[in-house]
Amino acid sequence: MKQPVTILQLAIILLLSPWAAADEKVNYTTQIRPLLSDRCYSCHGPDAAHREADLRLDQRESAMAAKAVVPGQPDASGLVARIHSTDPDLVMPPPDSGRSLNDRERQLLTDWIQQGATWEEHWAYAAPVRPDVPDDQHPVDFLVRQRLEERGLQSVGQADPRTLVRRVFSDLTGLPPTMQQVREFTADPSPDNWEMLVDELLQSPHYGERMAIPWLDVVRFSDTIGYHSDVPRNIWPYRDWVISSFNTNKPFDQFTVEQLAGDLLPQATADTRLGSAFNRLLLTTEEGGAQPKDYESRMLADRVRAVGTVWLGQTIGCAQCHDHKFDPITMQDFYSLGAFFADIAEPAVGRREAGMRVVLPDQESQLQTLERSLQNARGKLAAAEKLADAAQDVWEQRVASGDSTIIDEKMTVELRKQADAIAKILKQDSQTRSAQQRQQIRDWHRAHVFEQSRQATTEAAGVEADLKQFRDALPQCLVSVRLEQRRPVRILPRGDWMDESGPLVNPALPSWLPGLQNAPDRELTRLDLANWLVSGDNPLTARTIMNRLWGQLFGNSLSRVPEDLGAQGEAPLNPQLLDFLACEFVDSGWDFRHMVRLIVTSGTYQLASEADDGLWTVDPDNREYARQSALRRDAELIRDYSLSAAGLLSPQIGGRSIRPYQPDGYWEHLNFPKRTYQTDDGDDLYRRGVYVWWQRTFLHPGMLAFDAPGREECCAQRSRSNIPQQALVLLNDPIFVEAARGLAVRLLQEDLTSDEERVRRGWQIVLQRDPDAAELDVVLPLLEKHRGAYLKDPEAAEQLLRTGQSANPNSLNRKELAAWTHVARVLLNLHESITRS
Amino acid sequence: MHSDTTRRQILAGSAMSLFGTAAGSLLSARCNASDGVLKPSLPQKVSRVIWLTMAGGPSHLDLFDRKQKLADMNGMEMPPEFTAGQQLAQLQGQKLFCMGPVFPFRRYADCGMEMSELLPNIGAMADDICLVRSMTTDAINHDPAHMFMNTGSQIAGRPSMGAWVTYGLGSEADDLPGFIVMVSTGPGRSPQPIAARQWNNGFLPGSCQGVRMRSQGEPVLYLNSPDGVSNERQGADVAAVNSLNQLSANRLQDPEIATRIAQYELAFRMQTSVPELVDVSEESDTTLKRYGCEPGDGSFASNCLLARRLAERGVRFIQLYHRDWDHHSLLREELPLRAREVDQASAALIGDLKERGMFEDTLIVWSGEFGRTPMSQSNKGPIGRDHHNRSMSMWMAGGGIRGGTVYGATDELGYAAAEKICTVHDLHATMLHQLGIDHERFSVQFQGLAARLTGVEPASVLTEILS
Repeated sequence: MKQPVTILQLAIILLLSPWAAADEKVNYTTQIRPLLSDRCYSCHGPDAAHREADLRLDQRESAMAAKAVVPGQPDASGLVARIHSTDPDLVMPPPDSGRSLNDRERQLLTDWIQQGATWEEHWAYAAPVRPDVPDDQHPVDFLVRQRLEERGLQSVGQADPRTLVRRVFSDLTGLPPTMQQVREFTADPSPDNWEMLVDELLQSPHYGERMAIPWLDVVRFSDTIGYHSDVPRNIWPYRDWVISSFNTNKPFDQFTVEQLAGDLLPQATADTRLGSAFNRLLLTTEEGGAQPKDYESRMLADRVRAVGTVWLGQTIGCAQCHDHKFDPITMQDFYSLGAFFADIAEPAVGRREAGMRVVLPDQESQLQTLERSLQNARGKLAAAEKLADAAQDVWEQRVASGDSTIIDEKMTVELRKQADAIAKILKQDSQTRSAQQRQQIRDWHRAHVFEQSRQATTEAAGVEADLKQFRDALPQCLVSVRLEQRRPVRILPRGDWMDESGPLVNPALPSWLPGLQNAPDRELTRLDLANWLVSGDNPLTARTIMNRLWGQLFGNSLSRVPEDLGAQGEAPLNPQLLDFLACEFVDSGWDFRHMVRLIVTSGTYQLASEADDGLWTVDPDNREYARQSALRRDAELIRDYSLSAAGLLSPQIGGRSIRPYQPDGYWEHLNFPKRTYQTDDGDDLYRRGVYVWWQRTFLHPGMLAFDAPGREECCAQRSRSNIPQQALVLLNDPIFVEAARGLAVRLLQEDLTSDEERVRRGWQIVLQRDPDAAELDVVLPLLEKHRGAYLKDPEAAEQLLRTGQSANPNSLNRKELAAWTHVARVLLNLHESITRS
Repeated sequence: MHSDTTRRQILAGSAMSLFGTAAGSLLSARCNASDGVLKPSLPQKVSRVIWLTMAGGPSHLDLFDRKQKLADMNGMEMPPEFTAGQQLAQLQGQKLFCMGPVFPFRRYADCGMEMSELLPNIGAMADDICLVRSMTTDAINHDPAHMFMNTGSQIAGRPSMGAWVTYGLGSEADDLPGFIVMVSTGPGRSPQPIAARQWNNGFLPGSCQGVRMRSQGEPVLYLNSPDGVSNERQGADVAAVNSLNQLSANRLQDPEIATRIAQYELAFRMQTSVPELVDVSEESDTTLKRYGCEPGDGSFASNCLLARRLAERGVRFIQLYHRDWDHHSLLREELPLRAREVDQASAALIGDLKERGMFEDTLIVWSGEFGRTPMSQSNKGPIGRDHHNRSMSMWMAGGGIRGGTVYGATDELGYAAAEKICTVHDLHATMLHQLGIDHERFSVQFQGLAARLTGVEPASVLTEILS
């Protein structure tokens, strides 16, 4: 049996080491907790099943009781002895764990104990506190500057006006400005004009399209089910609902509640129900032999992970098979959260239903007209019915008395047979007629005698048929529909769906976070969960959303891992800034547009992206925001920018998903059923990237190359790779070749006289600047070269010009157009053309 | 090929960590090109992997794992103690009957390894093969089982093995991506859908994603220049793009521009190198006959030949799919056909690599995503077998693999792996080990965890099968 380091040995270590002289205050949140979490929690943390020696280092009481930590006394603290031990059987973390500490880390832990070993609540679980900001300063700038001063950094200057306009267009609408728009702002780049420009863009209908992209990523919106056969499902109206919600600036709390529980609201409308399509965005299967219980468990987990990622920034999914290793999330939490969604009517395995009929905004007036017509027709019918009742009495008497006959010479044999039968009944005493006979008489009278009634019936039936036809043609969308009796939910030991020995659980809010005040005395529903997510009690939602928004506008979020604000994520370097944004977001009534406006009107947002070597070396990833970042645009926008330069981009907002050109056979490995890809025609080919058909298992390869995610899991942050496939796509994908041709057509159709003027114009359209001399020296010779080549090989020019559906104006010289297509292509391929800086 | 600057950027940008801590930005990490970012921590036995994936789940009981008791009990009721309390796929709730091996087995090569008569060519290579009869997996449906086999997780969005390896070791090919996937076409009945996520890079850099090479149309998507644009004209445009980007690079401090220039160069080189690669006209008739393929037929055999050509060019991870092994029915009729499609070519690949001196630094893996039941299935037509995750067989061959050996065993009916059970994580750990990578120390930070291909539960290298 080996002994721990003796007190004497420890004293020597202490004497020889410099920690007693530590004067830097150790920060628990940023320095100690991450260290304990990463190196110690897997055996001494929240997960009870894997806890060793009954010691928790995430809880002060446990650590003190075990004397692992004795505040102020490193030499009496077991933790210090064990981390310094040279005995491989005693040293912590154990050598074979791969989690060993280095000297600096041992020092930090020792210093922390020396300084009193304070535990602080995990930063993200404490309610955000609004920092003090002087009235005369922009709060974002004040808080960023405060941090820069602490670090002895100075921000770079403001970006030039052209860059600013290009940046804010890209960030708020995802579309390029015109040269004219850049010129106007450049003429007077005053703060007032900046705000005017920002406000104009915030009111653009393209603002919603731009904001929808990251939201659709994080909620994993896609047109197909995901597993195995990956067949289509009806879901695109939800995408338009998201776009419209951003465009109408729906308060974010309402936006949240409608997605999780739009069907459960007391005043649920078609629109709120449409929002609840969120609950149906997950992966589903139609695979033969798939076990319902297996998929019930997968779907529950999928939804829990989604709520964790989208609103809470918590990796709750880690608690599916065991308690979370690093955060205080238990399996009970995991399954209780899952139980909220056990009320959703759906098959565990198999075809999804067609879904709710959705009336699109431009169809509403047509629907109203039809509904009004139906109302009128029914009114008429009711009036006619009243008259008919009276008329029937008179008629019956007349027939009975022989004043009138119901037989008509022109009647068919069949009809005459019926008429005879009616006549017979009428001769009977009315008291002795059966209910069936009375109905027969009534029907006969209305069909053959009382003209008015017959007309009204036909008219009403006609309008009804029109309305039905209209409704049948409406798009459909999967939405949430509540079961009378929800599915039972059990804790699945080790996440094993075949093990039914675990206890049943009810829906419950996360136990590790502050609960709902005035919790109702009944089983909680999705609506309670949604309300709690956006209640003041929850410290995470506003932080999570603002953290992502910041990342969207600066390239990296304040807390670096936007899907994990837990122990293994990163405490924000500037916690005051994140807290300020969170508080302001809630206090503004969850006004998303206000927050976007607030950030983009800050000086910080408007900084240049370039920096000198010094700043670049100290902060290469721009974590301190002493500058802006140059970011390669998202896949959708790369398409939009090229089509816009070509003058081909369709302005249509919303609608069914579109199918652009796609390489033949790209879907050949899809099966059950096999599919052939039907490329769209006409305008649909040129709609924006946000509308591209999202086939989960085979996303459009042009989009995939530029890091559009498959959306099989929630994606809180896209990667931004730089790979050869991107070059192949921009050079060779027919849509980009066609865009180059379109741009060439534009250049040739403008009233310009020299090649240089046309090149200049191209640069203005795509980059909103003039080419410099060095650039002209590259481009003009290239033009000459291609001209010469096509002059010799006109057939090649014809071949090139046939790429893409759009027509070539007959007025243009084909060889000339082909040569200019190359110039346009080079321009659209430039790094600058696909980068927001 | 690569300037010092590029190399420095690659190293600086890498989040690669052997010690579970991320350094630098994962998102800016890259791993194409010849700069391996990881110095292998173990002796590197092989430098590449060729993974032959038999999608659908080949019947181990009819190909690799003969069970006398099962043959004796053919047609009798399956003893209930085997299946009690367990979930089955399409046989759930059905009456269960034993089904003996449908085809005869025999002993092959010097080692006398027992395999089906349907695999005479693979059998002839038995002295080079290690057959694992005790594989298991966690998933019982195709899609999750493929995900588990490729990524070590049943949750979509994790990096596949090929991406991990390319991330860790980089590529040795200058003109090709490091991870290439080929899916064969054939005359089969209902080929499995194979999602692109099976070769996804997940949270690893996009440059690590598998690139699918196709047998029809362009071999790599968007590889061909637009109609009417000759190679020379394409080259002129690429040169112009790069000159203009270089002007930007001189003006702006943005390392992405230098990378962009390098990627345009690589893309343009691929436009030449890939067509050259797939053009097998220089291969001799003997070679074509050996594999049993016709140029451009898109068959598994053709892809085996291309795999050898990719291996010669330094591609790190090559994965081939044959998609037609899901024999719920018509096992008797279909299995011989499918076996014929892969038997000769798989063996030819081993023989060809040996002759070229490449067998010793290549790891060849042959596996499905799960096995099949010892119980018959007759609710889908003529008799077959259902999905089964408690036992399956697979084999490995190549550098450092002890040939002529059988590892592990199933129970007397072939229902469950019983001796030396091998999990998918064990397989991954073993594959990484042969590449010189310690699976426990090969991780990146993702969602707050040091994520590993082999997951959080312990996994073991199958040291017994290593020479």
